Amino acid sequence: MTGDFRPGVIVRPYERLTKEEVGAIDEASLSILKETGIICFNEEALSLFREKGCTVEPVDERSSKVKIPSKTMKDALSTVPSVVKLGARDPRNTLILDSKVPRIYFGSGSETNVWLDTKIETFVSATNGERKRDLPVFVEERGNVERLATSAKLAEELDSLDFFIRPVNIQDEDITEMNHDVNKFYISLGNMTKHVQAGLTNLDQLDNVIRLAEIVAGGKEAFRDNPIISFITCAVKSPLQMVDDATRKLIEFAKRGLPFVVSSSPQGGSTAPIQEAGMVAQINAEILSGIALAQIVNPGSPVLYGSVPVRARMDNLHDMYGAPEFNQYNIDCVQMARYYGIPSYSTAGVGDSSTPGVQATIEKFFTHIPVAMSGAQYIHYSFGLLDRTNTFCPVQAVLDNQHIGMIKRFLAGPRMGPDDFNESLAQINKVMGSGQKLYARFVRKGLRTGQVYSHYPFESRDGEDRVIEMALDHMNGLLSRPGKDLSPGIEDEIFAQVPGLLPRLKKQRK
Amino acid sequence: MNEKELIEKIRESVIQGRINSEDEGFDDGYEGQPATVELIEEAVGNNVDVRGIVIGGLTSGMDVVGKNFETGKYLIPDMLASAEAVGAAMDILAPHLERAGVESKGKFVIATVKGDLHDIGKNIVSIMLKGAGYDVIDLGTDVPAEKIAATAAEQKPRFLGLSALLTTTMREMEGIIHLLKNNGVRGDVKVLIGGAPTSREFAEKIGADAHCADAFQAIEFTNSVGVA
Repeated sequence: MTGDFRPGVIVRPYERLTKEEVGAIDEASLSILKETGIICFNEEALSLFREKGCTVEPVDERSSKVKIPSKTMKDALSTVPSVVKLGARDPRNTLILDSKVPRIYFGSGSETNVWLDTKIETFVSATNGERKRDLPVFVEERGNVERLATSAKLAEELDSLDFFIRPVNIQDEDITEMNHDVNKFYISLGNMTKHVQAGLTNLDQLDNVIRLAEIVAGGKEAFRDNPIISFITCAVKSPLQMVDDATRKLIEFAKRGLPFVVSSSPQGGSTAPIQEAGMVAQINAEILSGIALAQIVNPGSPVLYGSVPVRARMDNLHDMYGAPEFNQYNIDCVQMARYYGIPSYSTAGVGDSSTPGVQATIEKFFTHIPVAMSGAQYIHYSFGLLDRTNTFCPVQAVLDNQHIGMIKRFLAGPRMGPDDFNESLAQINKVMGSGQKLYARFVRKGLRTGQVYSHYPFESRDGEDRVIEMALDHMNGLLSRPGKDLSPGIEDEIFAQVPGLLPRLKKQRK
Repeated sequence: MNEKELIEKIRESVIQGRINSEDEGFDDGYEGQPATVELIEEAVGNNVDVRGIVIGGLTSGMDVVGKNFETGKYLIPDMLASAEAVGAAMDILAPHLERAGVESKGKFVIATVKGDLHDIGKNIVSIMLKGAGYDVIDLGTDVPAEKIAATAAEQKPRFLGLSALLTTTMREMEGIIHLLKNNGVRGDVKVLIGGAPTSREFAEKIGADAHCADAFQAIEFTNSVGVA
């Protein structure tokens, strides 16, 4: 692949599993697909699987069990592209996902219903009226079109964010099932120049969404070369059930050659075994079944291996993201994707905590770092998510941006070229010939060029913990920058050709 | 280059934190151009008034550096680079200043006390004080109390800076002050102490004149006392 694309960071992957263990998981997954089978609720998929030699056994009037022979599975895997290009309004934001190159990208995600606003209020000590502190107060709001636009604008400005999956749902009264898709894609594309990815609410809206993307990209041909949007399908509901609606979407995306994620999200302890071997064998089988279907529909269909394995909390059976098992499951899946030669869509950075703070930061860092180290090409859920995946907090996204930037810097390859040594040796000679023997003055160039990490930007000078307050100020600064609006001509064309867009979303221009 | 231009170039070189021509500046594009040392030598060779060099070039440049540090534009490495440039300039100018009857801001003897090899903080203070126009005599690390007291008696500095990074070695400081008293020089020298385990309370307890948490506090204190 040549041309402009986001550099990401190429890591030396941390691998949890041995080659033998990867082979054992592959074998276990193939055995699940061949012997246990997948329960399928979609007629077209059943027919396609049957044509490829799979056994189809009726379960009830709505579903049948598909047993996929290993040869069918392996044939399907042989046509999966190892490199997937995800385009962007600004071609410099293109992502190249190469299964052989552990170049990591981070993005947002989850489509939460709750938007968590941050306000700073002054509190007075109950025991000493002279003591006052400015503290953050969090207010829950409903996601809507304005907030989605704000999140997209913010995501555009967050330099560590490489791609955008809308982090907030649009729940306005004038948003319906029929206009949901066009409006969410329009708002996203209209406020940012990075890659936009989303699930599709209604398959009937796919033509309109594609038309919208083609206009923004510059035409049908331009969109094919520069797929500025892509999709997510969760065709398999754990455990091992291929559901009708999402499978229809998967088949349609594959037919059209659109890039999309085949994602599965089992919960260890409820919808999958809690044991690592069982969890990974099952999710791998689930993802492979979806990928196989895509390749049967259209060999060469560009897909991402989408893994979102989580742990169940045993006090309420909610998802738990800040658990050690989460990292184990996810890193294993990244290795499995690499084994099959498919770019990995992975997961990191979700806080179980419901507000920003110490717990959220620990939980996020605890998964951001190891999953990044595993070399997953495309890491979603990484910005602003709290209360598992129920809340999006933009200030938290600003904090996550900072922390992911630190992680990317940490994982960047060592600079050990001849020039680096020559420069360093000259420096050592100079300093050793000086009176005070201090290297500080030689740090300046690195500080200015950004090669040297300066300091945590949300650290207050007075020693008080003002991290959230400072992140809020920073966010407001980012949001005050000029937006990346579509040109008036493009906007007019979209409103003329794409039905269902809310008229109030058209930018008011003089 | 006339005198005014030369002094302005020296000021610019100090702001850029450049000692000699091979140094980079804070801003890009300075490498290879004459820097503080070359410019000072040229100025001295051209018999430029040394007071003008110090006030219009070095001091004025450091004022800008200080302001840039306060606003956050400059960080410690930038301050040190500029202070080192001024220090290099002062080394060249010293005999000329003496001939012209210009006094320095005072002698400052500095040392890390016996048993302690830590010197980063002490070195930063040295560089900054020299850059601020003090005549710094740096005795190094692990310096016996007797040597410090003897230097104080011999050099008659206005200031004595003592540094220690260990709770075990900071106790040396009290003995040094005691020796200064015994030698009859305590009244002539202001004693500043610093280092992580030290504190204002400790300074008061041992009879030091000031506790300085960093180089800036040291300069603030010395400037507040004034030149002898």
